[in-house]
Amino acid sequence: MSVAARDLGADPPPLAPAGTGALDVRQLPSFDFGVRSLMWWGTAGLMAIESTVFALAIVIYFYLRSHVERWPLTTPPPELLWGTLNTVVLLVSAWPNHLAKRAAERLDRHGVQVWLSVCLGFGFAFLVLRGFELGALNVRWDTDAYGSIVWLLMALHTTHLVTDTWDTTVLDVLFFTGPLEGKRYVDVSENAVYWYFVIASWLPIYAVVYLAPRV
Amino acid sequence: MTTAAATQPRLNSVPPTAQDIAALERVWRDPPGFLGWLAAINHKAIGKRFIVTAFGFFVAGGLLAAAMRLQLARPDNHLIGPDLYNQLFTMHGTTMMFLFAVPVMQAMSVYLVPLMIGSRSVAFPRMNAFAYWIFLFGGVMLYVAFALNIGPDAGWFAYVPLAGPDYSPGKRMDFWAQLITFTELSGLLEAVILVTTVFKLRAPGMTLNRIPLFVWGMLVTAFMVMFALPAVMLASTALITDRLVGTHFYNPAEGGDAILWQHLFWFFGHPEVYLIFIPGLGFMSSIIPTFARRPIFGYSAMVLSLIATAFLAFGLWVHHMFATNLPELGKSFFTAASMMIAIPSAVQIFCWLATLWTGKLSFKTPLLFVLAFFFVLVLGGMTGLMLAAVPIDLQVHDTYFVVAHLHYVLIGGAVFPLFGAFYYWFPKITGRMLSERLGRWNFWLFLIGFNVTFFPMHLLGLQGMPRRVYTYGAEMGWGGLNALASLGALTIAVSMLLFILNVWRSLRHGEQAGADPWGAGTLEWSIASPPPACNFAAIPVVAGRDPLWEPDALPAHVSGLSVDSREVLMTTVVDAHPETRESFPEPTIWPMLGALATTVLFIGSIFTPWAVVWASLPVGIALTLWFWPRRRENAAHLALERTP
Repeated sequence: MSVAARDLGADPPPLAPAGTGALDVRQLPSFDFGVRSLMWWGTAGLMAIESTVFALAIVIYFYLRSHVERWPLTTPPPELLWGTLNTVVLLVSAWPNHLAKRAAERLDRHGVQVWLSVCLGFGFAFLVLRGFELGALNVRWDTDAYGSIVWLLMALHTTHLVTDTWDTTVLDVLFFTGPLEGKRYVDVSENAVYWYFVIASWLPIYAVVYLAPRV
Repeated sequence: MTTAAATQPRLNSVPPTAQDIAALERVWRDPPGFLGWLAAINHKAIGKRFIVTAFGFFVAGGLLAAAMRLQLARPDNHLIGPDLYNQLFTMHGTTMMFLFAVPVMQAMSVYLVPLMIGSRSVAFPRMNAFAYWIFLFGGVMLYVAFALNIGPDAGWFAYVPLAGPDYSPGKRMDFWAQLITFTELSGLLEAVILVTTVFKLRAPGMTLNRIPLFVWGMLVTAFMVMFALPAVMLASTALITDRLVGTHFYNPAEGGDAILWQHLFWFFGHPEVYLIFIPGLGFMSSIIPTFARRPIFGYSAMVLSLIATAFLAFGLWVHHMFATNLPELGKSFFTAASMMIAIPSAVQIFCWLATLWTGKLSFKTPLLFVLAFFFVLVLGGMTGLMLAAVPIDLQVHDTYFVVAHLHYVLIGGAVFPLFGAFYYWFPKITGRMLSERLGRWNFWLFLIGFNVTFFPMHLLGLQGMPRRVYTYGAEMGWGGLNALASLGALTIAVSMLLFILNVWRSLRHGEQAGADPWGAGTLEWSIASPPPACNFAAIPVVAGRDPLWEPDALPAHVSGLSVDSREVLMTTVVDAHPETRESFPEPTIWPMLGALATTVLFIGSIFTPWAVVWASLPVGIALTLWFWPRRRENAAHLALERTP
């Protein structure tokens, strides 16, 4: 028999269970942000996996490059315009994203509605710009191995853009329609963290796709 | 009273009342009926299905092996032709590595880890169900393809250019590549679930320094999965795009490179060996203390060895590629790393030996399987050291010597401990004991059959018999040893039949197990067998590494969690101080439907790349409906809500 059981006897009243022998957790919060939330750990795990994928794809790029005389093999490097423009837009989007995260951590529903919607506008803007980017790569995936790895890098990152834009859309709609509870604000906060990841992972990919063929 | 109950949620007491226990059972059990079965998310239900499914694939893979042994039993045999034989060895390797060895370890941890750390659930229980369905659908896809004579046939490591579009036309290798996508997606999701579960859902007081070594093993494995599996997923994606949309990753004529495949595959493939082996070590560290009747010797050294093994495992991949034209100096580095990994393995072996030496042994079936580990694995480790030396490796590369080595390592290092684990935890999972008598027959036939099968393969390899040949001439003189190996395989098959018979019998007539039939020390043995839906009616508070062998903590249990909602206690990562109490989601069919939609996408993309576009719509819809909160559930959560 446990110490708690000995102290409390057989049948304590169901509505007042706390006693000397029990660790009472009823006062604990039912959700929290950052490392205290499960969602943070789940997101961190996915980011670790996806970072590995990006890193390996970049390794493939330089591995293939190290085996040939000329790089790009037969085509000119990608046009700088759309990719650079998209990079600027992506970096600027960190600001509304930050404000959406802050609003979520204040449990400010209106703030979340406003800033998530702004983020969403940015999300769709990138996707349109990404379309122009893909049109200005100057190489097809089936042209040669250089084209294959460039398209692989772009496809990996675009998948992240699409999925996070979809996530943001769903969350934004939910914040207008409900039903809401505390952990939905955690979802917004972690969605913002994931967007930071989408931005941060783009910078090395931009450097590889646009700058590496020029040096 | 009813209004009070409606406004003020009922919280659990210590000790739990009969009403508490009934309410918790109602809240945590999966819904009834067939649809309820499809919607189940309880980690024990999913864990059991996962274990049974992975074991089913083990039997299927074993039957494929038996067919190969039948073909090789005598020279110039024409029972099975070369085309089918190619499919057989590819299916056997693929099944054992991707559908059995890694998943069964994750399956065991899905069932056991929450019980061992004092939690009511795994983290992300719906994602856990999704990972199971993805695994199941992927495996079924592979076997349906095999039944339709489109089973993969380029070996389980699918080397290009053989596996590429020029030498493997048709759809066979596309199914292989998509099987990788299925199983690795499932494995990666399970890794995230496991890391989060271990870091955040431990019972109060279970510091990182007190978690059971099996849980440490699975935590280390999960981290390895997260960094190893992406390599093979990326590699197989590049393979399938080479085959389907004309990319040139592995095509030297257009700037690609065939050795790139080997690097990517083995950057995953070597760690994979260890992410099969480390859970086996975890089983060892659970079973040995119980049957030596003392706490494990050298806990900290064991944990550090696990972590060291995991790091070193990422520095060994090139030792699978000694026969390629890589720089010799580079190969020397990988030889050194391969030898170095013997050090942490030896540390653990000596810690177990010390535990056994100073303990009071109880020779039950689980311990027998564990003791076999020492014999079989050490033999496999010795041939591993031989293979790590480049000159020997070149001599026996692609011969039966390698086949013998890898089976000694994988079966000795993982399958023997796994069977020990089956015997050890079967009473917990089902409430009934397995028969000791049948268990001993199962054990001895397996051990003898295993050695009779695989030991001759060392000699065959040294005599020059290559792997993956469907037959050989009588003049080679390999007939006798091959016949012996086939006889051994038959013995293994009989031992497996006895195991299945044992399980079948015990489920009906087995002796009732009770909560703790072995007198073990970890938390899963503190609750009924089989465990109730909520696992712990009151979450325990932990004060040591073997809570059942030590005095209770003060206080000993947690109160104040809801009994009408799926509330779970979350604790800090290192010290396991109580932090938040979160309401977990209820069962839903959407993870299963999401997995079905994902299956349509993966299989569709074998036939048209546009499936990636149109089939992502149903996937998106299913995942959204999975997430979308229901008002009733939401109201229940709001009643318990307390802001930070």
